[in-house]
Amino acid sequence: MSEVDDVAAEELLEVRVTVNGVPREARVPARRLLSDFLRHDVGLTGTHVGCEHGVCGACTVLLDGQPARSCLLFAVTAQHHAVTTVEGLGSLEAMTPAQQAFTECHGLQCGFCTPGFLTAVTAFIAENPDPTEDEAREAISGNLCRCTGYQNIVKSVLRAAELQRSREGEPATRHTESGESS
Amino acid sequence: MTTKAFGEPIRRREDPRLVTGGGRFLDDLGQGALEAAFVRSPHAHARIVDIDVDDALEVEGVVAIYTHEDLPGRVGEPLPLLIPHPALTHGRTQHALARDEVNYVGEAVVMVVARDRYLAEDACQRIRVEYEQLPPVVGVAGARDGVDLVHPDVPGNVAAHLLQEVGDVDAALAAAPHTLDLDLAIERSASMPLEGKGVYARWDHETEELRIFSSTQTSTGVRAAVAAKLDLPLAKVECIAPDVGGGFGVKINHPWPEEVLVPFAAKTLGQPVKWTEDRREHFISSAHERGQLLKIRVGFDDDGRLRGLDVRLWHDNGAYTPYGIIVPIITSTQLLGPYKPGAYRCEFWSLYTNTVIVTPYRGAGRPQGCFAMERTMDAIADRLGLDRAEVRSRNFIRPAEMPYDHGLLFQDGRPLKYDSGDFPATLAKLKALVGWDDFAAYREEAEAQGRRVGLGIGCYVEGTGVGPYEGGHIQVETSGRVNVATGLTSQGQGHETMLAQVVAHELGVPVDDVFVTTGDTRRMPYAVGTFASRTAVMSGNAVALASRQVRAKALRIAADALEVSAEDLEIVDGDIRVKGAPDTHLALGTVSVMSNPLRYAFDEAANAATQFAGPNDPDKPPVADDDEPGLEGRDFYSPTQATFANGMHAAVVETDPVTADIRILRYCVVHDCGPMINPMIVEGQVHGGVAQGVGGALYERMVYDESGQLLNASFMDFLMPYASEVPRIETDHLETPSPLNPLGVKGAGEAGCIPVSAVIASAIEDAEGFPITSMPISPGELWDLRRQHAHGDLPTLARHAAYPNSQEAP
Repeated sequence: MSEVDDVAAEELLEVRVTVNGVPREARVPARRLLSDFLRHDVGLTGTHVGCEHGVCGACTVLLDGQPARSCLLFAVTAQHHAVTTVEGLGSLEAMTPAQQAFTECHGLQCGFCTPGFLTAVTAFIAENPDPTEDEAREAISGNLCRCTGYQNIVKSVLRAAELQRSREGEPATRHTESGESS
Repeated sequence: MTTKAFGEPIRRREDPRLVTGGGRFLDDLGQGALEAAFVRSPHAHARIVDIDVDDALEVEGVVAIYTHEDLPGRVGEPLPLLIPHPALTHGRTQHALARDEVNYVGEAVVMVVARDRYLAEDACQRIRVEYEQLPPVVGVAGARDGVDLVHPDVPGNVAAHLLQEVGDVDAALAAAPHTLDLDLAIERSASMPLEGKGVYARWDHETEELRIFSSTQTSTGVRAAVAAKLDLPLAKVECIAPDVGGGFGVKINHPWPEEVLVPFAAKTLGQPVKWTEDRREHFISSAHERGQLLKIRVGFDDDGRLRGLDVRLWHDNGAYTPYGIIVPIITSTQLLGPYKPGAYRCEFWSLYTNTVIVTPYRGAGRPQGCFAMERTMDAIADRLGLDRAEVRSRNFIRPAEMPYDHGLLFQDGRPLKYDSGDFPATLAKLKALVGWDDFAAYREEAEAQGRRVGLGIGCYVEGTGVGPYEGGHIQVETSGRVNVATGLTSQGQGHETMLAQVVAHELGVPVDDVFVTTGDTRRMPYAVGTFASRTAVMSGNAVALASRQVRAKALRIAADALEVSAEDLEIVDGDIRVKGAPDTHLALGTVSVMSNPLRYAFDEAANAATQFAGPNDPDKPPVADDDEPGLEGRDFYSPTQATFANGMHAAVVETDPVTADIRILRYCVVHDCGPMINPMIVEGQVHGGVAQGVGGALYERMVYDESGQLLNASFMDFLMPYASEVPRIETDHLETPSPLNPLGVKGAGEAGCIPVSAVIASAIEDAEGFPITSMPISPGELWDLRRQHAHGDLPTLARHAAYPNSQEAP
């Protein structure tokens, strides 16, 4: 296998990414996946890796507010972009509508796929604050869950949208870019 | 905050941390640990001629490389055969790293340990293994003909052959007014949790202690197995299951090669080592299930009542049999469902193939058995022109016949004896839920619109909560905090919540004061594991029994202090008070202080228990001879047999007349697991089970080619259902208590997936008018069956001859 003939130490690149509102930098090889960068270089393990080929959606993060599979991006690709992970949504004390809805509606079981759903749903209800049940189901149809059968996740999406609508008009107490939880 | 806890759909204690990124799964641990990667066999069957690791050693960051010859003593011996059985005459298990021969694509051959996973995989690519290929055995039919052998010393590839017979089946069949034969097949699928397996081990060379974290369904099992392999005292090994991202059966098998090798490397290198399974590894080196061929001969009378049932089944156990023959035993016994079979004989052959091993996956052999029995029921109904629900009803074991002993040995080596269940009531609820009697009108309406619809049904009984035992330990702290430990593990079933509800209910404390730990051998060293829908039954009752001990002790101490009789006391919201006179009371935390005579105070509350704090009886020791300090209790629940839950499902499907696309329009579940501790969690378990069942019925299969390559080892190609494929599930429940355990509960974890293939086959058959005998079924396969039917190669169902739109066989 000629492609691995070079056994010299890999060149390290300076990567700067804003993660949950905080500038982060690390020296990593060009092949470092964004998911590994977040989990192992930044130490935010809330983003999970379920398949490493972009199908399951567990590793979904928000890249400049849009859902993206962090296992299909190199860390260097995210250079100078803003990434939001599940840790950057809400905290135990101040959950976002999506987080609160999932706990209210039994929208998770083992919780491994959940961070990917939460980021995807957060982006979805920002775009569609009053979805129908069919739209809610469609919105989560890019993420795999092996535990719940999705019924309570659909319910959670509708509830998250409802919570978000009811919170509208309230003073903004938190924002996804306000920083990460400890 | 309320004491009412048992039976309430309270929110899960697990969720807040899991939705905020606070979960701690295996790969979230051990940042900075060395990481392992494996060279795995690319061949299904081959002899290893040579392994050359020289090039790999040059990769910067590589710390160690191991092949089988580097494994000392018991580390290099075959992995244990976990569940021996007299019929398993030719049990075989693999070596942690292959020695001389590989028997499936994916079998571990070399382990590389490096500074990180990227570098470990770089090194793996530089390792050259020379193989001499041997003829591969793939599929049940290939194994059964016995021309090529997986293991040269296992004739006919037969690992096990078992026959159980009750009554004289040959005579019953000969005397039966009608007989039918069915040939059935179910393909391979797999548990496929979103988190794969993983192991992280730390060796403390100063204390000579090993700590293992594993994404396992049994931490006590892993601990014992690794201690034995590494020849360490059990007291020097601990195993902890952290948050586990789903299991569904695959993580009950142990020790996996990696569970031995990673701790071995950590101990040998004196550094923390971690391995996290990637998705391809999970496909090719974990475990699959389901693959079976079944032949049925059934005899019945004019009313459709069974006289005799003769079942032969061939079970594909893959390359090795570490988990014994549990799956085919379950198929052959649980096949009977809610019915009386008349005379019954079941004979099975468990066969080796050069494919990934087969160990239980949610349902564990029951989906195959249920499929066989329910196809048989539909066939009888069709032969006699009877309603399918009616034929089932006529064969039900009636409530008055409980307990009902089938005269067979179940998977736990104990009698298959149903403890309870009201099958007619379950069926009545299902018929009402799906609108069984109105379906003919619905079909007529649909047909008028050119649509093709069908109604399917499936019934099952599930032995849950098998032994041998589980334990519960409860400790009340002086703050009133209640710590609960049970040894089995959690993979998302909400055990932290459900067990807290049981303890809160038994002890009389708020649920929020109860903190549950599972799967940590430091907290509860005696345990079996999470499988067979057993947590509510086994650990639920164990923590209930332990709670009762704590309660009795608390009341005894409080009765002394308050100078009342213990019978006059009650515990409400963590406060012990005199019934009818709640102003005379003591907090449970205060009783905890009193239960532990102290020399040294550690806080204000503890002062009360110190030696000069009050008067004492100089003739009595501070702790009575028959007592222990502390407000604690420990007890074990060990049942004489399994408890039997049951359920019935129905579905309405629509098949596209042109494309043969299959859509589930409605899916209805009636489920009876006895009293529900948390109905929200039970419902969630049912939903998840049905979704896996839908996957198994319509989408999921392991596609091996003739050379033993798994062609669809990725989520791109192995089609797990997304939200777009799973129908909305309508549920109803019965709560028939089990007489066997203090809480009266039965298991609920696996139920949802058991009958789904049977139900969907029944519905498609009803829509199409010809028999469906093999699952899963894709639109392409249905389209092909339609062609066969049109050519007269498939019979038309008798009842379809009457439908206006049915195609008649020529």
